Amino acid sequence: MPSPAVLRLNGINKYYQVGSHRLHVLRNVDAEIGDGELVAIMGASGSGKSTLLNILGILDGYDAGEYWLDDTLVRDLSETQAARYRNRFIGFVFQSFNLLPFKTAVENVALPLYYQGVSRRTRNRTAMQYLERVGLADWAEHRPSEMSGGQKQRVAIARALIGKPKIILADEPTGALDSETSRQIMDLLAEIHASGITVIVVTHEADIAARAQRIIRLRDGKVEAQA
Amino acid sequence: MFSADRWYEVLSTLARNPLRSFLTAVAVAWGIFMLVVLLGMGKGLRNGTEKSFSDDAANSVWIFGGSTSQPFAGLPVNRRIVFDNDGYEAVRRVRGVERLTGRFFARGAMFGNELQIRVGAKVSSFDVRSVHPDHLYLEKSIMVAGRFLNDLDVAEKRKVTAIGAPVAEFLWGHTDVIGQGLAINGVQFQVVGLFTDEGDAGELRKLYIPISTAQLAFNGADRVNVLMFTVGDKGVGETAKLVDDVKGLLAERERFAADDPQATRVRNNLEQYATFQEIFTIIEIFIMVMGACTLVAGIVGVSNIMMIAVKERTKEIGVRKALGATPWTIVSTILQESVFLTAVAGYVGLVAGVGLLELLAWVLPKSDFFSDPSVDLTVGLGATAVLMVSGAVAGFVPARTAARVSPVVALRDE
Repeated sequence: MPSPAVLRLNGINKYYQVGSHRLHVLRNVDAEIGDGELVAIMGASGSGKSTLLNILGILDGYDAGEYWLDDTLVRDLSETQAARYRNRFIGFVFQSFNLLPFKTAVENVALPLYYQGVSRRTRNRTAMQYLERVGLADWAEHRPSEMSGGQKQRVAIARALIGKPKIILADEPTGALDSETSRQIMDLLAEIHASGITVIVVTHEADIAARAQRIIRLRDGKVEAQA
Repeated sequence: MFSADRWYEVLSTLARNPLRSFLTAVAVAWGIFMLVVLLGMGKGLRNGTEKSFSDDAANSVWIFGGSTSQPFAGLPVNRRIVFDNDGYEAVRRVRGVERLTGRFFARGAMFGNELQIRVGAKVSSFDVRSVHPDHLYLEKSIMVAGRFLNDLDVAEKRKVTAIGAPVAEFLWGHTDVIGQGLAINGVQFQVVGLFTDEGDAGELRKLYIPISTAQLAFNGADRVNVLMFTVGDKGVGETAKLVDDVKGLLAERERFAADDPQATRVRNNLEQYATFQEIFTIIEIFIMVMGACTLVAGIVGVSNIMMIAVKERTKEIGVRKALGATPWTIVSTILQESVFLTAVAGYVGLVAGVGLLELLAWVLPKSDFFSDPSVDLTVGLGATAVLMVSGAVAGFVPARTAARVSPVVALRDE
């Protein structure tokens, strides 16, 4: 049963100016991701998948086309609007975790709520619930430097979830982890997907992509196949 | 904007790099410290000088008789010029002369007029000034008991005297002395007034007697050695004109060339006062400029270090932006950090500066050149305003840089 699209790309084009060259990074990318899907975006380095991810994450703009996110056209946003949309719609999971090193796990998880103007108490209480959900309640007061890679990524996932986003964007979420930990992280992402949240994983690893319901392959800035 | 959460963020950022925050703060504190100390010292210099002026009315002119250096109407040079009572009366009628007093020197010169004072068995010598009643206003003496000399005292050549509080203390051991008698060089006088003075203590060790009484008692005929008058609220130019008028009148009466520079000596306090005011204004401007330069160095320091901090935090700012921080949130946090740092540091500098000035005021003896170094409230408030603005200025460039951090670039894995 086809679910309504949470995210729709129509003929997205993106250029980069490199010196006097104009690099055509994304060429007429069309894609549609349904609400509650678990999708993998695959491609070799240079295929444009990072650029696509940045556009999906409203971290970067595009030159032509349309990007619809939850029936909202995401185009030519001011930085402030972009920040609000990211905060409301998107949860990020990065390869290198990107936790703030001087903040404890619970403070890191609570950060998106800070930008929503949630009070400190409520924020930290909610953050504790999400830490429990990823199995790290006992580590709440630890700093990232005291944690293993897998634990850090769990904290990052909790942080991505706390703002109740429409989609989770995971950029090589297992790239810095060993295979056992990678499997655990993918289990966690699958679990999140099972709870009804759209998850988009960018990866170049086939076994990671294999856990997705659908794979979007990029090559030279074009969508090669959607299977 | 100034929520507790924001403060927590700001303080924890500053606390993450305590040494750097401290060094930055020192630069600003030093700037304000220097500004305050320099301004305070300038004020001390001005106070000292003004105090030495406050001894006498600042708008007063003194004219002494001298010796002629030019022949006039067949009269030879080196003729001594001494004014007289009629001259005093004539000057009194000159328009623009506000308060006028003549002084007669019992011993012929301005200084060395100490005369023997006796009360019972107690004998000492004090400076005795023979003056007109208006002298009170020229000397800016303040009566604390009784009265100063009056016109009737002069007209009737009464043997009355107004004395300084220390004189009374010395002679009687107390200051309840109105109506008491004392002898000046063997002549009996009655004390009618007790005065004090804002000038230095020497001004209090005086006795005033009517000029007419002194002329009679000390063989003075009708001689008046100095004419002193105030000029009201005239400016420097008008005063110079008035001095010329009075000199012309005296020249006519005493028969000397009006343009003879030696025949009279003029001490124009107003002109001196104006000159000093000008000098101190220039000194103050100079100090302000120097202080401002020091402060600017401090601000540049803050800006620089904040800039480095922003560069170092590029990744953090990128993460925050990805999580939903708006540019304004980032900018205001950094501005608040900068303003807070400068305000605290500046306040410390301000307190340290004022502290040093207080210490100096306490340790240094008061003199004619230096007294009560201080900064007034306006300077304090001004410095606070300057601090707030400089904090914002110092934070502006780093904040703008931070706001422009692209999350894509910041988050790129190296």
